[in-house]
Amino acid sequence: MPELTFIMPSLGADMERGRVGAWRVKAGDRIRRGQVIVDVDTDKGLIDVECFHDAVVQEILVAEGHEVPVGAPIARLQVEGATAATTTATKAAATPTAPFIPPPTPTPVRALSPLPTSALMSADDTARPLASPLAKRRARELGVDLAHVRPGPEGRITAEDVEAAAAWAARATAQTAAQTAAVPTTAVTVTAPPTPAGEAPPKDPKEAMRRAIAASMSRSKRDIPHYYLWQDVDVTDTLAWLKAENARRSLSERLLFAAVLAHAVAQTASAFPECNGTHEGGAHRPSDVVHLGFATSQRGGGLIAPAILNADGKDVGAMMMAINDLVARVRSGGLRGSEMTLGTITLSSLGDTGVDGTLPVIQPPQVAIVGVGRVVDRAIVRAGAIVVRSMVTVSVAADHRVSDGARGARFLIALDKALSTPPASASSSLAADAPPPAEARP
Amino acid sequence: MSTMTYREACKQAIRQCLLEEPRAFMMGEDIGDYGGCYGVTKGLLAEFGPGRIRDAPLAESGFVGAGVGAAMGGMRPIVEIMTCNFALLALDQLINNAATLRHMSGGKVGVPLVVRMATGGGRQLAAQHSHSFEGWFAHVPGLRILVPATVTDARHMLRTALREADPVLLFEHVFLYTMEGELDDTVKAVDIDKAAIRRPGKDLSILTSGNTVWKSLEAATALASDGIDVEVVDLRVLRPLDDETIMASVKKTHRVLVVDEGWRSGGISAELFARVCEQAFDELDAAPMRVCTAEVPIPYPKHLEDAALPQPATIAAAARQVLGRSGRMPRA
Repeated sequence: MPELTFIMPSLGADMERGRVGAWRVKAGDRIRRGQVIVDVDTDKGLIDVECFHDAVVQEILVAEGHEVPVGAPIARLQVEGATAATTTATKAAATPTAPFIPPPTPTPVRALSPLPTSALMSADDTARPLASPLAKRRARELGVDLAHVRPGPEGRITAEDVEAAAAWAARATAQTAAQTAAVPTTAVTVTAPPTPAGEAPPKDPKEAMRRAIAASMSRSKRDIPHYYLWQDVDVTDTLAWLKAENARRSLSERLLFAAVLAHAVAQTASAFPECNGTHEGGAHRPSDVVHLGFATSQRGGGLIAPAILNADGKDVGAMMMAINDLVARVRSGGLRGSEMTLGTITLSSLGDTGVDGTLPVIQPPQVAIVGVGRVVDRAIVRAGAIVVRSMVTVSVAADHRVSDGARGARFLIALDKALSTPPASASSSLAADAPPPAEARP
Repeated sequence: MSTMTYREACKQAIRQCLLEEPRAFMMGEDIGDYGGCYGVTKGLLAEFGPGRIRDAPLAESGFVGAGVGAAMGGMRPIVEIMTCNFALLALDQLINNAATLRHMSGGKVGVPLVVRMATGGGRQLAAQHSHSFEGWFAHVPGLRILVPATVTDARHMLRTALREADPVLLFEHVFLYTMEGELDDTVKAVDIDKAAIRRPGKDLSILTSGNTVWKSLEAATALASDGIDVEVVDLRVLRPLDDETIMASVKKTHRVLVVDEGWRSGGISAELFARVCEQAFDELDAAPMRVCTAEVPIPYPKHLEDAALPQPATIAAAARQVLGRSGRMPRA
């Protein structure tokens, strides 16, 4: 049974530290794949973190209430089954922020743990890490691979960063050596050394969230060449369908226009890989499924966009339930790590505020975002006559590194068609595709 | 220990030279009856007489040339030029003659000339009286360039300089004349070869000279309250530069900030960068930075003059940037 170090996951592109809120498991517990094992307190609130393996908890390394940098080991697990390393690899390939360092086997693990892109290194600049001359010298002396050192705030690796990485590797080596005698030390790869003690993260959660949003959005505007397209969509027929559908539903099962929007975006995105996925390490990684980020305002300010997982597999009814579930957990806590990291495209609807439209900002590392304004009755010309129709301005911001305007335009036209045509059907039973599976929530 | 102004220290240095060295005399504009435009030679005419305190006409090329000739003839002249801005009128004598005759004569003729001049801005004397040219003169082989920043150096450097066999230029910052400082009575002589650590520190080396030594020390005090430990290196000698002391400091702190009241482009700051890269590249943990005077003629209005010159606040901000603690990005 291979051993696995469970590390503090990155639950957002710009998360640097996390506080262990509460452990849901203790040493000796058997855990199942998908089970939430720990709550992590981040700038964006309390997040439930799942484990993607069947395993046995060996040791809890970080006590509740303690804060550690992203990448720091927080628990040791014994993974059941022989394919643990492969499972982790698959997971990590799909999720660059996968919260695992695989067990220290002789297999090189560096590819499994891509580093967060630093401020000064663009995602395409992975070939040569920026490091000071002294840092390079120290790295040679200490046998540290600069490709695995996380740079400080100025974006250039300093001697201090190298020394922290070396100390980290030494500690990890000592830890694993004590556990697995036969493992060569070269297999220990430094992924995310502890950031040196410096400014404390802000205590005020509002300020912390503001900072997290600032970091993420700055990164987006700095790194992602956005292009914008917009279109007025006639939703008269869709609204009529919604009205009829809601007339036959119970109050608790009523559908909101937001669910129709989310359904249309998810369906359309699944056919346009250039608009669905991520851009990391200099390359676009299209996604087979649609995990739809749903931008949600928080009470007291702030914004969070957790993903509705497998959104392309949901009809409007299931989408409505997913949204209700997600919004409730945004407001009360209980978001899961996967929901925070797996998003492939985001929907930002500001229609409630009364604005006509929005030119939204992409959430890194995603490659597109759909913005929606208010639904308003407008006089338009249809077949030579002025008619009153319910219109909504839908926009898309997409990553020009991945797609061009012509392709984005086809996405938007397809979205127009999906949104202006009433959905074929909508489930109304809670049993249909209700997320998340019961067994995954102990 | 006694307290003394920098001006008084300069005067006592001249007195000592005239008393000890019978071949020494002084020459310059308004140094006699008027007592020197910065008051350094007040009273010396009465003490030493017109033969050794000689008022010169307003003709820098002429009286510097006379100084070169006197030095070649065996005298030990101390020439005062009101400000280094006027030394530009005497460049031919200083560079083509004083700095070069040793070479031209195959080593047979030296020019043991000492030239004192005021340098720098901050006194609202406008562009033609406020520039700093010590970095320029440091370009020239054959000259030794001294920048006394402390009362002790002002008191003792001149005497050491007068014993040199070749020309020495001393640059006294106009802002320092009124500065009072402690004078260590036990110090009887100083070298004119070495840089001095005015404040030891471990996080960052500030390389500077003259008045900006004091501005850098002020910045260092401010930074110390944030736990930043700055080392201030007073270069003292701009030619030849004391590479040994400079590199030892860089090897200790791994980070460099050069503060120079000269202009940035082609200045002594660039020379210091180059040497650090040539000799201590692998010691650098951050790109070096520099704070220099804005590349404009020094303005007359006070607020513009202050803005043009290096100031403690700009030095401290640059220091934070070299240290990666500029506040732009939190070090989490």
